[in-house]
Amino acid sequence: MINNILKVENLSASYDDKVIIQNINLEFPKNKVTAIMGPSGCGKTTLLRCLNRMHELTPNAKVSGKIFLESAYLNDNFMELNSTDPILVRRRIGMVFQRPNIFPNLTIYQNVLAGYLLNGIKLKKQEADDIVEENLNLAALWDEVKGNLKKRGTFLSGGQQQRLCIARALAMKPDVLLLDEPTSALDPISTQRIEDLIVELQKAVTIIIVTHNVGQAGRVSDFVAFLYLGDLIEYGLTDNIFTNPKNLQTEKFLTGKIS
Amino acid sequence: MTHIFQERQSILNDNIIEEATIVEQMIEKIINALINKDTNLLQEIIDIDEAKVNSLVIGINEMIIQLIARFQPEAGDLRSIMMIYKINADFERIAKKSSKIAKSILLLMDEPPLKPFQDVPQMLEATLSMLKDSITSFATNNVQLAYDVCERDDIVDKYRSHISRELLIVMIEDSSLIQKSQSIERITRNIERIADHATNIAEDVIYIVEGEFIKTKKSKS
Repeated sequence: MINNILKVENLSASYDDKVIIQNINLEFPKNKVTAIMGPSGCGKTTLLRCLNRMHELTPNAKVSGKIFLESAYLNDNFMELNSTDPILVRRRIGMVFQRPNIFPNLTIYQNVLAGYLLNGIKLKKQEADDIVEENLNLAALWDEVKGNLKKRGTFLSGGQQQRLCIARALAMKPDVLLLDEPTSALDPISTQRIEDLIVELQKAVTIIIVTHNVGQAGRVSDFVAFLYLGDLIEYGLTDNIFTNPKNLQTEKFLTGKIS
Repeated sequence: MTHIFQERQSILNDNIIEEATIVEQMIEKIINALINKDTNLLQEIIDIDEAKVNSLVIGINEMIIQLIARFQPEAGDLRSIMMIYKINADFERIAKKSSKIAKSILLLMDEPPLKPFQDVPQMLEATLSMLKDSITSFATNNVQLAYDVCERDDIVDKYRSHISRELLIVMIEDSSLIQKSQSIERITRNIERIADHATNIAEDVIYIVEGEFIKTKKSKS
């Protein structure tokens, strides 16, 4: 049976009174990869940024509707995001952006622990070492950087930096990891490594990925949500949507007739 | 390609091999049924095995369509997946023809056998050997074995011509045996077509490995 971890109810978002997404109702299955796809400007990144309350950081942004997270880490195993401290929300729902944004002044080791450092959480040496190794391993980066942990991350390739960002997000043990076009700035080999990683990581964390690349949605996701002009047009198993979409707009998007 | 693609490709291969095993067993059962006069084996083919293969055929078709839609395979992966799609159709036809053969033999089982009918088990053995080798060539990418299968198609064709000539003589000599002779003719026609499907599979293996389409058999009218 599918267990949903994140539930979105009647979610609408706007900037400067321009509606970006409207009345989105959607549930995200636990330990699965869900891809949000759609043409440019359809609202997929806005939807993603609402999921960890990043959207509201933009000036003149408005959000309505409700988002619920189920998590064993929470007191009641459950929280409604818009009535919860956004810092706590972002700890439970991590995010990785289009371009790798490691801290250039911190070492690789410190970058992995950045979430703890920024939140003022003190760790014992052994505990910190374990967190760094575990999460660099999860992000499939440990073998490449284990001899250079005290160096700054800026010498890493773009793909390695992006995996470091993933390790940093995973270090906070989030329930959900949001990926906003995580490979759009990467070369094909790095892209493939990240795609392999996404598939592996779903055992540890629920993943929601925004991608403009239909092929990538097909390769990595279990479920697909298709957005068009701010509306959720279709949602379902990737196997079904890619072979037999029920909606004409989805069919047109997948066959390249709208972009 | 992602791990999901490789996992799914592996599941697809397992499914086609499972289908191959059932299809092989269907022909083995026909041979055993003829030798031991075991009608239960024939009934199993008709009632159970054909349906099993049909169910696998549908599942394999779905898997292939999903693989192509989601992963856009290229080169060797593409050749392999496209040929599995064809081989799947060949297995479906082999299962259908095996079931038809089983039905025809069931009707002949209680009657005294005509002399030409005695060659049918050997014809089936030759066909089964072609089918087994075509499946082995697929499972092991053994292109030499695949070429060997293509060459052996003539052996089965010769069995059919030989049995047909004998049946013609039987019918000329005794017109009351025409209906029975025609049943045997239908059986040998279906066996020969199974051998054709085995040849198709071998040709598909050659395409998977070498990337060249070949047709070893002359088209028949």
